[in-house]
Amino acid sequence: MSKIWVHAEVVDDKIVNVAFELLSKAHDLAEAMGGGTEVEATLVGSGLEKEAARLAEWGAKTIYLADDPDLRMYSPLTFVPILAELAAKHQPDIYLFGATATGSALGPAVAARLKTGTAAHCVDLRINEEKKLVSLVPSFGGKVIGEILCPGKNPQMASVKPGIFTKKDPIPVPVQIEKLDSSMWKKLDTQGLKPVNVVRRPPQGLPLNEADVVVCGGFGIGTKENWQLVEKLAQYLGGATACTRPAVDEGWSGEYCMVGTSGQSIRPKVYIGFGISGATHHICGMNESGVVINVNRDAEAPIFEVSDVRIVSDVNSILPLLVEAVKPKASW
Amino acid sequence: MAYNVVVCVKPVPDPKHYDKVTIDPVKKTITRAGIPTLVNPVDKSAIELALQLREYYGGGVAVVSMAPPNADEILREVLAMGADEAYLLSDRAFGGADTLATSYTLYHGIKKIEAAKGYAFDFVLCGSESADGATAQVSSQLGEWLGYPHLWNVYELEKTPGKDEAFSMKTKMENGYMEWAGRTPLVLGVAREIRKPRFISVMGIMKAKSKPLTVWGRGDLPAAEDTYLGLKGSPTQPGEIFSPDLKRSGELFTGTPEEIVGRVVTVLRANGVVVGG
Repeated sequence: MSKIWVHAEVVDDKIVNVAFELLSKAHDLAEAMGGGTEVEATLVGSGLEKEAARLAEWGAKTIYLADDPDLRMYSPLTFVPILAELAAKHQPDIYLFGATATGSALGPAVAARLKTGTAAHCVDLRINEEKKLVSLVPSFGGKVIGEILCPGKNPQMASVKPGIFTKKDPIPVPVQIEKLDSSMWKKLDTQGLKPVNVVRRPPQGLPLNEADVVVCGGFGIGTKENWQLVEKLAQYLGGATACTRPAVDEGWSGEYCMVGTSGQSIRPKVYIGFGISGATHHICGMNESGVVINVNRDAEAPIFEVSDVRIVSDVNSILPLLVEAVKPKASW
Repeated sequence: MAYNVVVCVKPVPDPKHYDKVTIDPVKKTITRAGIPTLVNPVDKSAIELALQLREYYGGGVAVVSMAPPNADEILREVLAMGADEAYLLSDRAFGGADTLATSYTLYHGIKKIEAAKGYAFDFVLCGSESADGATAQVSSQLGEWLGYPHLWNVYELEKTPGKDEAFSMKTKMENGYMEWAGRTPLVLGVAREIRKPRFISVMGIMKAKSKPLTVWGRGDLPAAEDTYLGLKGSPTQPGEIFSPDLKRSGELFTGTPEEIVGRVVTVLRANGVVVGG
């Protein structure tokens, strides 16, 4: 029986959304593989039995759970050997990871232990006629998309950024948790590296990948004051703020809301960009957006090639007016 | 205590010119003619970190790259930044490698340098990702081959007072960071924030000319097994490549700023956005 595995990452004792996005995709892949291919999940952390049941809601038939206070935080010295040993034992055909900060370190390390192949930051996955996984991987900042196959080895591994796939409706199955014996990690030498603490800044406003409207600012924003208008516009529209690398470098914004190959992938209903040139790195992260509106004074800016609405104008003549136009009316 | 550091670097086509990358429709290969090659930008941050470790604590900074023979120019640049010596792993047998085969080759290169020097490196540094492929996989996989603890996206490294081999680190996380306590040897994939790379001085360029640059081929890494090298040793294989067609037939909004803003508000409302509510 063929098996597709999804590793469910845990943050603050909760399974992150990308795990459910991957489970939804895994079901599509399982259907394409046929032959009763099953979807299963791996989960590592502490106090997770309740959380594990959520994976069954999204159709993970078996959930392999390593649950221990010692595993509350990610470490390559525990997570990598646990998952590699598990995969070697159960031989999944495909093994998917979220390309999060942790998943990007963990996935390739597990692949190296298993001496198998893994494709990074895939923008799509499909099954070919030979029933093998085909991963579509961007390179050169998204300018080129290449297929990656792993024809001779299992598991065929891939990582996918949050927001690339859609979390579909639940497809519940009976909860079947296989709790792993602690001897699996108690034997490991963890002296060389220890996780000390996870520090999270409270997210400001709506998470970028959940916003229907995203207002994005680039180098053309020009000043910190204008940046505040970007934030105000997003707030008035009930959306989130995003930025490109130059806006991070200028200190107006932070990397946490950067969109592109080295940032997040977004697909809001409406994207409004100000002063964005349109480097391929950025376009790769936003081209799935619904309506794309851009304001840039350079009519030749590449961003206009991927825009539904082109406004060739200085940011200063449009942004303040638009903020004023969408300002919520006083309710009294 | 002095620390010996090896930094893995990759020559990449200049990311500023990726809009010029095209695909040959017949041969199905990537054409990047006219795009200059440079040191992968974040690798320079890794080198800067290595140089500062040497400046504070002593030790040596070696650089290793798996690349075609003409990468020696890139390595001279890195030597001009201040690295002590460079090693270029270059052979047709290494070509076409995926990240697993690349990290395997680098692993054997590093082991060979260590054997020649008679000591083991305390730090193995990589940039967090390359500008071209951007898989970000090599540092973690190299850590696995070496059997050392590895961290990715490290943006702070500090020595723990009083203990020679103990360091604290921070890695980037979504909406935050993670703190670590480790001890050498460590494999670190570093983020650009870790250090700002120094500029290359004329003196540095002069000195680089006489620094050792060693080229090793397949025969120089006898311990490496063919099953893990190059295209044949790569579990992943490339399939079709294409350039995504992202073009949208954009409508140009003209008129006074007030008129334009009015039309934008109409577009927003048409797409279900509550405006002025």
